[in-house]
Amino acid sequence: MGSTSSNAIKINNLHHEYVAGKPVLKGINIDINESGIVAIIGPSGTGKSTLLKCINRLNDPSDGEILFDGEDLTKLKGQALRKIRRHIGMVFQEYNLVERLTVLENVLSGRLGYMSSWDAWRRNYKQEDLKQAFELLDLVGLTEFANQRADGLSGGQRQRVGIARAVMQGPYLLLADEPTSSLDPKTAVEIMELMETFAQRNDIPVLLNIHDVNLAKRYAKRIIGMANGKVHYDGPPEDISEADLKVIYGGESWME
Amino acid sequence: MTTSSIDLEWKRFTLKERLSRFSVYLIIVMSLLWSWQSVEVIYEFLYDAPEQLVDMFERMTPLDYASYPTTIHDALIETLHIATLGTLITLIFAVPLALLNAPNITPNKALNWIAQFFLVSTRSINSLVWALLFIALFGPGVIAGIMAIAIRSIGFVGKLLSEALAEVNMGTIEALKATGAPWGSILVKGYWPQVMPAFYSIVLFRWDINVRESAVLGLVGAGGIGVVLNDAQNLFQWPKVAMVLVSIFAVVIVAEIVAIQIRKRLI
Repeated sequence: MGSTSSNAIKINNLHHEYVAGKPVLKGINIDINESGIVAIIGPSGTGKSTLLKCINRLNDPSDGEILFDGEDLTKLKGQALRKIRRHIGMVFQEYNLVERLTVLENVLSGRLGYMSSWDAWRRNYKQEDLKQAFELLDLVGLTEFANQRADGLSGGQRQRVGIARAVMQGPYLLLADEPTSSLDPKTAVEIMELMETFAQRNDIPVLLNIHDVNLAKRYAKRIIGMANGKVHYDGPPEDISEADLKVIYGGESWME
Repeated sequence: MTTSSIDLEWKRFTLKERLSRFSVYLIIVMSLLWSWQSVEVIYEFLYDAPEQLVDMFERMTPLDYASYPTTIHDALIETLHIATLGTLITLIFAVPLALLNAPNITPNKALNWIAQFFLVSTRSINSLVWALLFIALFGPGVIAGIMAIAIRSIGFVGKLLSEALAEVNMGTIEALKATGAPWGSILVKGYWPQVMPAFYSIVLFRWDINVRESAVLGLVGAGGIGVVLNDAQNLFQWPKVAMVLVSIFAVVIVAEIVAIQIRKRLI
């Protein structure tokens, strides 16, 4: 299952622009060696999602390098890229499940990178994958929903399926793009707890975007504050100052 | 109370909009008048139409029930076969073209346009014309009918399917991409579950249309019930003609009911 390679991920001088001349990321440097939750905070539009999507290459960064598992992710293409994506799980704000498939099949789809399309078509899942899928469903508390269609679930339940699918990949790194933003405060806490559980269980880093500063402080071992496409703060949650937050979010009226 | 000088009167259309709307109406009326003049109705034929109608009804009744088991039944089954096989063969061409035409699956403008060209050209030609072409190729008979139905339906099925593919939730596709799934698996596990209801709905609807279309194809010699209809008409066997028409009507109704029932269970 999960294993941490030393120096899990290292991002060097990463730049990205969707439109030429309008950079979103302006030289990001992040080095993550430890397992546990690393929270990226920052206002909307500052490039948090862009950064995560550059890591698993749903976006192609304009410049810089991302070292992961002995490879520079920014250079990979085709087959090599697919192979490495298997080891980076991703959880989405809008869950992004396959609505018409069952909960179990959604979890199993985390293994799609390890099987041929022909086997995927015939639903020829390996016995050990099935066993692991049921184990994960048990861990996220959805065992009795295994054969229900994903479109019948609530937001919190869907996100649990999303997490189980990502963990099913056997990732060395988990990315989570605003995993709690569409959920109520209580469910958001439960989801964060689940993220923490899997970070420990699989001994892997979980890099997640979040705009709720308190939730970030409560669960993260480390906080990265982004402002204007750059890293403004990178350190333990207890050391982040009000002055830092002012720079990150701009202004102070929101803090009262 | 402050009375502002701002004019609070609300008008739905500006003067320019009203003028352009008026000219659209004017063009519609003028084109109606113009087309009425150009069709050159022969009013003498219109005047005795009611008489002709009664006369034809008298010649058609009573229905020639005896002809059903001898000739009509087999031809009717043949018509259903033409429609069904034609619809199935359509899929061989329509599915790849739909995949090529959907910009989110094939991010290549040139390929999109090539697919678009085939989809438009196949559906812009009427199935009777396709039937005539295929009769020239394969000779008169069922094969020509099947191919006419198959080719004619490509544009319809392909266009609607590619639209369904283009409208899938791309977040789901992104999530599967992020797992490192190969392209084929994304297709069968991401796109297919999302378009499946639309796919069956489109195919059933087209089959339903094809049953009706294939009933007419026999008129040009492409097999099926139309051949019987045409022969009976040429031989002035009006009771038999009536029997054929009633049979076609019954089959169309049954096809409609079957299609509705299947669609209901699938979605």
